[in-house]
Amino acid sequence: MIGLEHYLTVAATLFVIGIFGLFLNRKNVIILLMSIELMLLAVNINLVSFSSFLGDLVGQVFTLFVLTVAAAEAAIGLAILVCFFRNRGTIAVEDVNVMKG
Amino acid sequence: MSADLTLILPEIVLAVFAMLGLLGAVYTGKDALAPALVWATSALLVLVALWVGLAAPETHTGFGGMFIDDGFSRFAKVTLLLSAAAVLAMSEGYMSARGLLRFEYPILITLAVVGMMVMVSAGDLMSLYMGLELQSLALYVVASLRRDSIKSTEAGLKYFVLGALSSGLLLYGASLIYGYAGTTLFSGIIQTAQTGDVSLGMLFGLIFVISGLAFKVSAVPFHMWTPDVYEGAPTPITAFFATAPKVAAMGLFARVMHDAFGNAVGDWQQVVALISLLSMFLGAIAAIGQTNIKRLMAYSSIAHMGYALMGLASGTVFGVQAMLVYLAIYVTMNVGTFAFILMMERDGQPVVDVASLNMYSKREPGKALAMLVLLFSLAGVPPMLGFFGKLYVLRAAYEGGLAWLAIAGVVASVIGAFYYLRIVFYMYFGDENAEGLDGGKSPVLWGFLMASAVVMVLGIINMFGVEGAAAAAAASLVN
Repeated sequence: MIGLEHYLTVAATLFVIGIFGLFLNRKNVIILLMSIELMLLAVNINLVSFSSFLGDLVGQVFTLFVLTVAAAEAAIGLAILVCFFRNRGTIAVEDVNVMKG
Repeated sequence: MSADLTLILPEIVLAVFAMLGLLGAVYTGKDALAPALVWATSALLVLVALWVGLAAPETHTGFGGMFIDDGFSRFAKVTLLLSAAAVLAMSEGYMSARGLLRFEYPILITLAVVGMMVMVSAGDLMSLYMGLELQSLALYVVASLRRDSIKSTEAGLKYFVLGALSSGLLLYGASLIYGYAGTTLFSGIIQTAQTGDVSLGMLFGLIFVISGLAFKVSAVPFHMWTPDVYEGAPTPITAFFATAPKVAAMGLFARVMHDAFGNAVGDWQQVVALISLLSMFLGAIAAIGQTNIKRLMAYSSIAHMGYALMGLASGTVFGVQAMLVYLAIYVTMNVGTFAFILMMERDGQPVVDVASLNMYSKREPGKALAMLVLLFSLAGVPPMLGFFGKLYVLRAAYEGGLAWLAIAGVVASVIGAFYYLRIVFYMYFGDENAEGLDGGKSPVLWGFLMASAVVMVLGIINMFGVEGAAAAAAASLVN
């Protein structure tokens, strides 16, 4: 029997993979965008499984909002990335270093 | 239904204005329309601030509790609307002179302001998230407004990646809170989350939400984007980042902590106190080595957010009042300081090096004196207004049982005073032969600088009534 905790485990695993993707990835900014998307989708699994477990629709409404915002966020991220590529000529993560922070 | 719509009428007006502005500019003169649009937006923001501020002091909720219009949200809205209007008015001259003024700029700022207004009025995890994202998405774009500059696009990219990470953290926390409370409404969560009886899942959710919010207010340990974004973004946009979004994020922070977790103060107090402590010290120490005044202001804002969080950490009504007073003072100081930074130029090129201020008082005694007042106020030197802001939060922390935090705040403030006074030293006793600055000739910027400095001095009489308004606002939030 697949219970709530199984779904939560999958979501937590995906979320952690997303965070590690952000911090350990040294290659490409596109992979950062993919990691962010993975984190948001992990949250969606969480919300939908809670919604089904609680018998409450609010979680699924929340998921629709998150999906919409994630699409807008990806669009803006890619647009900024294109501008950056035009100036810098590369999208390697280690080249995002004009300012040292 | 129509009562709900009346409640969000200020937000609707701003959103419709942004869309009409977009249509109008696209179908007519495009960037030729930009200066007029900036002034119109600035005027509209002031009008909306008056409208919100003069509304009857009552609490209304709309959309089934998702949207709260109370004294707290009105105080925060007036502060952020006025500061956004001030920054827009300051940026027109600077951006026109450098060919940066695109018509998208005022429109994006308006949309960001709508997002902030939703943030401070949020009564539900969903409206919290939608407001936060509307604000953040608009800000990612304005950070990289200078499309042809590596620094600006890099600032935008860094802000985007770290901002999206923080949204992800916040959202994961929101999903856990929803799962363990069974509702996304703050009014429902507060009944589930009682002190000493918060389930582990909910506690995890709370910590994730605090981390996400700490990113937005640039508190340590989630501050690393701040100096780079402040340095890379065009200066007027840095000025914007340092004012309105900080008020909105702190307002949202207080809203979530008190409206949703007000019965579990013990569970978040220590965490907020810790990030407050770290922010104050990192802001004070890391700023010492900075030569770029924009990076210096970034660390300064990290430290100031630490003080504002100290008010929140006390977990009392007085603490929220202290936080609001501190934020209002902080925003006023920053508007003046950035008006000064916007005037720093040599041969028409903006200069951000602190050393260029050597012997500035010889050439521009009036402006140097105003900046001196502002820097003293930022450092918290009595009798400037900034000192009373600090006194407020320190007292709140002491009365809230966080005496150690108050003492640490005093120590951090003494360390932090060093780098503000270093600028004063350059201006008054610096190297005679160093290459100086041209006198900026913008009357608008001059006006903002002087007005802000005068407020810092005259405000000590009665703070222009902000105290009473903040007390009423805090009382409407904490119950």
